[in-house]
Amino acid sequence: MADTVSSAGAPAMFGAKSYPAALEWIARRAEAFVIPLAALIVGMALFSLFIALVGKSPVQLYETMWRGGFGSWFSIQNSLSRAAPLLLAALCVALPARLGLVVIGGEGAIVLGGVAAAAMGVATSGAPAFFVVLAMGVAGMAAGGIWIGAVGALRHYRAVNETISSLLMAYIAIALMNHLVEGPLRDPASLNKPSTEPLAEAYRIGNIPGMDVHWGLVVGVIACILSWLLIEKTRWGFAARIAGGNVRAAQVQGLAVGPLIVGFTALAGGFAGLAGMLEVAAVQGSANASLAAGYGYTGILVAFLARHNPLAIIPVAFLLGGIDASGGLIQRRMDLPDATVLVLQGMLFVVILLGETFYGRFKAFNPDLWQRPDLLKGLIS
Amino acid sequence: MDSTEIGLWGVPLAMLGGAIRVSTPFIFVSLGEAITERSGRINLGLEGTLVFGAMTAYAVAVMTGSPWLGLLAAAAAGLCFGLFHGWICKFRGVNDIAIGIALMLFGSGLAFFFGKPFIQPSAPDLPAIPLGGWSDIPQVQAALNVNVLFLIGAALAVFLWWAFRNTRAGLILRVVGDSSDAARAMGLNPNTVRLLATGIGGALAGIGGAYLSLYYPGSWTEGISSGQGLMAVALVIFARWNPLGCFAAALLFGGAGALGPALQSVGVTQGYYLFYAAPYIFTLVIMIATSSPSRSLAGAPGELSITK
Repeated sequence: MADTVSSAGAPAMFGAKSYPAALEWIARRAEAFVIPLAALIVGMALFSLFIALVGKSPVQLYETMWRGGFGSWFSIQNSLSRAAPLLLAALCVALPARLGLVVIGGEGAIVLGGVAAAAMGVATSGAPAFFVVLAMGVAGMAAGGIWIGAVGALRHYRAVNETISSLLMAYIAIALMNHLVEGPLRDPASLNKPSTEPLAEAYRIGNIPGMDVHWGLVVGVIACILSWLLIEKTRWGFAARIAGGNVRAAQVQGLAVGPLIVGFTALAGGFAGLAGMLEVAAVQGSANASLAAGYGYTGILVAFLARHNPLAIIPVAFLLGGIDASGGLIQRRMDLPDATVLVLQGMLFVVILLGETFYGRFKAFNPDLWQRPDLLKGLIS
Repeated sequence: MDSTEIGLWGVPLAMLGGAIRVSTPFIFVSLGEAITERSGRINLGLEGTLVFGAMTAYAVAVMTGSPWLGLLAAAAAGLCFGLFHGWICKFRGVNDIAIGIALMLFGSGLAFFFGKPFIQPSAPDLPAIPLGGWSDIPQVQAALNVNVLFLIGAALAVFLWWAFRNTRAGLILRVVGDSSDAARAMGLNPNTVRLLATGIGGALAGIGGAYLSLYYPGSWTEGISSGQGLMAVALVIFARWNPLGCFAAALLFGGAGALGPALQSVGVTQGYYLFYAAPYIFTLVIMIATSSPSRSLAGAPGELSITK
């Protein structure tokens, strides 16, 4: 927003020589790539230090991570499979974030979306496959949408803090899932691990041809692209960005902030619910406690790392999916706890957020300052 | 009828006992968070601090054989987390809520990483004082078997309530929390005050964690805290940043948390999981009931981002 307003002609006004427009264009956009990338590198360096301190080899760790997550076609497919739910879970954080809301309870929407989809799959059993899968998708999105939409509504109409309420509702959702899966919706045949009735083979979502990755990846990528179009190219997205910048200004402009907040949070929850539906229809085959696998929490990190840009979520989800996927190999090969990956994620998260302080501080990224070193003085502290 | 057969009276009695047992970590975390929020910052990372404190206390108690050393170590670890949060939030553009979320994940991750070897061995417990000795009903005795930390927490609540109003430190804290500009005009550095306030808040949350692993439930597992740290943050808002209110609210929350186990103890097993969700539902209902879109919250520190 701000850069498009201030970009036009500032250097020319002071009679200075102008730089090629392409160079300015690149410089303005480079900041959003360079700072997160630098933070990522610093975070990984700190993590190396941590690994060295506990007496293991960082080189071996990153080599194992590379092998487990990205080094072969097999591991890449594994990472992509994990990226699929992360894409949708990250959208559950990124879309409300554009409105200035910090929603961190996507896990709840994933879990309930999965249960709703599984129940729908059982209820519509016997109908044509296309219809059943569609109905499951709608059920999953509706459950997730209502759950997170309620968080948005509470925020706008009751001023209930959305960060806390969404996480509380995630705990409630998990309890609700446990209740339903062990009670009313339980398949009596599932003894050791209470589950809903398994989905018939015909209603399962299969793999993308030529890959060992289910169609959920395509759904996730499409959802990211659509979200980007929604935010950047539609009037609703424009209104959301205004409201995210300053709610009161948006209200003075006559924007219906309430419906906007409820709509965006409901859509965000719908995406997370869809992630739950995909876990049921493509991975688990039924709803059970495995739905609460932590994708909702990793999704928070993905969204922040992508700076809530839906297009940036795609590569970041692949990266974190790969780190996730390598966890098992790290555990086996290096005799490190499975929480190693969590420590890395936490470190990256902190460093990424610390990186926020560097935006707007580097002359190289701000063509308006190339001619005006005096403007820069106040910025560097 | 045998005096030990108290039938359904067991439910409120078990809830009272449960409230005392379950509420202690809430008391410490919410008092810590009250100090932090009074300074104008919010630390959502206390959930992670609680888990890391629980692990540290347990590990140190296992290795040294002393639960008190474990408690001290947990407080020190919590202090470090709090100071880290306080330090990092002073940079321009860094959001205290987001940092809190990051530290929540980081603290839990670190605790799981270092806590793996301590899941099996058992650590010595913190001592409890049997205040129910006058009764010969075992349920009453069980309910009134009060841990020392609960009493310390109660005393701390009263002390903080007094100190916020009557000491210089309390005044400084409130000034910084209400207006950074006013604080600067008084020659105070808001960042330093907030750093200390967040550090103390973290230390208290660490003590809350020590209670979890060293008394109730009394062992270290990766699921030891399921949102208690976060509920405590919500509780501070409900208590209007008043330490005595925090104490009362913590008891109330503890009672809600004890509902599931209490009903189970008298043989109610239907809807088991739903009763376990009671504290979360209760917290949410209270947040909805006490928030208002039209007026700002009475008693809210002016610099607090969460109420703006």
